[in-house]
Amino acid sequence: MSRSEELNAPIRLTLVSRMSNHILLILKNLRRNKRRSVLTLLSTGISVFLIGSLISVYGMFYRDEVSDEAALRLVTRHKVSLTQALPYYYRAKIQAVDGAEIVVPMNWFGGTYIDQRPEHMFARFAVDQEQVFDIYSEYTVRPEQLEAFKRDRQGLAVGKSIADKLGFKIGQRITIKGDIYPFDPEFTIRAIFEGPDDFQSFFHFKYLEEALPELGGMVGVFAIRLRSPDDASRVALAVDEMFRNSPEPTKTETEAAFQLAFINQMGNIKLFLLSIASAIMFTMLMVSANTVAMSVRERTQEIGVLKTLGFPSRSVLALVLGEATLIAILGGLLGVLLTVGVTEAMSNVMVGFFAGFRLPSWGVPVCFAIALVVGLGSSAVPAAIAARTRIVDALRHAG
Amino acid sequence: MSIPISYNIRNLKVRKGTTLMTALGIALTVAVLLGIGSLVEGLRSSLQVTADPLHLIVMRQGSTSELVSIVGKESFDVLRFDEGIEQLDGEPMISHEVVSVVNLGLRGDPQNVSNISVRGLSPVGVKMRREAEIVEGRWFEAGKREVVVGKGLHGKREGTLVGETIKFGRGDWEVVGVFAVGRSAFNSEIWTDGNFAAADLGRGSTRSSILLRAQDEASAAALINRVGDDQRLGLEAERESEYYAKQMVTAQPVQSLGIFVAIIMAVGSCFAAMNTMFAAIANRAKEIGVLRLLGFSRFSILSSFMLESLLLSLLGGVLGCLLVLPLNGLEGRIGNFATFAESTFQFQVTPLYCGIGIAFAAIMGVFGGLLPSVVAAKKQVLESLADV
Repeated sequence: MSRSEELNAPIRLTLVSRMSNHILLILKNLRRNKRRSVLTLLSTGISVFLIGSLISVYGMFYRDEVSDEAALRLVTRHKVSLTQALPYYYRAKIQAVDGAEIVVPMNWFGGTYIDQRPEHMFARFAVDQEQVFDIYSEYTVRPEQLEAFKRDRQGLAVGKSIADKLGFKIGQRITIKGDIYPFDPEFTIRAIFEGPDDFQSFFHFKYLEEALPELGGMVGVFAIRLRSPDDASRVALAVDEMFRNSPEPTKTETEAAFQLAFINQMGNIKLFLLSIASAIMFTMLMVSANTVAMSVRERTQEIGVLKTLGFPSRSVLALVLGEATLIAILGGLLGVLLTVGVTEAMSNVMVGFFAGFRLPSWGVPVCFAIALVVGLGSSAVPAAIAARTRIVDALRHAG
Repeated sequence: MSIPISYNIRNLKVRKGTTLMTALGIALTVAVLLGIGSLVEGLRSSLQVTADPLHLIVMRQGSTSELVSIVGKESFDVLRFDEGIEQLDGEPMISHEVVSVVNLGLRGDPQNVSNISVRGLSPVGVKMRREAEIVEGRWFEAGKREVVVGKGLHGKREGTLVGETIKFGRGDWEVVGVFAVGRSAFNSEIWTDGNFAAADLGRGSTRSSILLRAQDEASAAALINRVGDDQRLGLEAERESEYYAKQMVTAQPVQSLGIFVAIIMAVGSCFAAMNTMFAAIANRAKEIGVLRLLGFSRFSILSSFMLESLLLSLLGGVLGCLLVLPLNGLEGRIGNFATFAESTFQFQVTPLYCGIGIAFAAIMGVFGGLLPSVVAAKKQVLESLADV
């Protein structure tokens, strides 16, 4: 059906057909200057990809989902700093607090496996071998391997992702060169456990204690498993209150808060990411506004024709806004697809902390929302100008 | 013969809005690159000025930072009388130092805690940092629970004003002064009496590290070998400059992210510049025809449009530099991976980085302008003139 026929049939000119006509016109307009549409689309797509990448970086640092298991755990450390140790006898005292089910001492061992290269890095903790897998109940380990690990004073239990990456096999012997502790432990791998964030390994607290008796059984942190997550603040308060006036006061917090404090150490990550994202968004706005302004300017005469044919001002407004928005949304789609593709590809290569580098679920709507805001924001002014143009002026325009 | 540059400048001026928007897009790309560059540069310079070329740091073999190193009194006594060490008023310039960290919250945001380095040192140790000076209050006295805080911490963290107290070891320590060591990384530390702090921290007679000053370059090299070869000590000596240079790994992730973002943004900005240039050429189809009729060669047209694109991007580059200029001198903080404590630094927008930023903008201009210029140059004279 031709344009004029339709205009002669006002009764059939329902809202739906009007809208579909607008969409047809928008699509036609997009195809007219293909090169410009493609360039703008690519530019928007790249910007959304960058914002998506930044959101993925944010998601890597600030994980929003706290697992049910993690919500059951508290961490008690020395109040002054993590580098100061707590006496072993605190364990029994914490255990006595109502609501604390299991208390396990954990010492960060540090040290070096082979060399300082990042691919050889994984976390090592000296723990109570009997109860560590009760507290980290999200890890699954074969019963016979767990038994073997508990029996061998020099046994090491490693996460599956480390074992896969470094090719560790049950029974393999490895040596770690100590740094914080002046001692080079020799381990036999006895168990391989599986679970989320399993980029760590555990060995017997006793092994460390026997090698360095002068430490006097000092403990880095105590991990506490609660009876119920509702007990978290009450137990944390009770523990800290108990040791408040002792030479080694404590700070007890949820595992999530403990990790967040670690991340805050690195500096103001949020501000850093936000400043870059704002710069990108502003650039997007500039590029898009420029394109819309150029295309509207070129089509001034045409807009005059449309108005002459009886298109109301708001239709002209909708046409210009719609075109910019469509490009923005298509660009957003391209950007989101790029982000998902790249982060998926990278998360297969990266391990440990960096394995969390992927677009969080809330990142997709945020990316589209940003694209939409840019599309509407950049076209608002040119669209309003186009809608307000008087027919005579528009037709007189030289192009 | 080439088309005069004033032709391009006038064209850019006529399309003010478009020119400015395209240039701003490029400017923001340059600004991201320069902003991160000034962060990295600021950190680098604070770590560089910390080091003295003749200073050596002695730590336990395999230790990557003072925090995890242990150096006993016996080793210190062995090294103290080494003939390679510089003397000051008959005393060897060697300092046995203890380094620990304390959690301090941000003032006004006590939950936002960071590790702050606490360094216990002797009077010689203070003197060895030649630029060390008190900017408020006085130095700590030996044998008292007194500390001085670095200029970078003063007033920013809880308990860091003169007269306030900081809690570590077995109790409270009074802040009696604020010190500065030039613009160095020491400004993010807390200093106190070494012997007293070590006892309070339960270190017995051991400390974390030794700082010493060699008489000259040759004795520095000899000292490094002597310390490393002495099996009894189990220590290794390293130039202070190397120790601090290694801490630049801290800036690595920021730098990588910055370069990644800047390059991808530059690709986006190239597309934008291309758009603008294509529009400019489409609008001037007739002009191009006229220019060709007047006898300007295809090459003149090509170079003229390239020049215009370059001018556009250079404008963006300069704008980008202006945008980041307010960052200069701004205080920043970053968690230092090597020392496990916070380092403060000042953003530095250096002329070198501005030059790099403008060059980066020029590259965007060249890539963005190339294709449109070629299209313009290839146009047939008659075709251009017929174009409406």
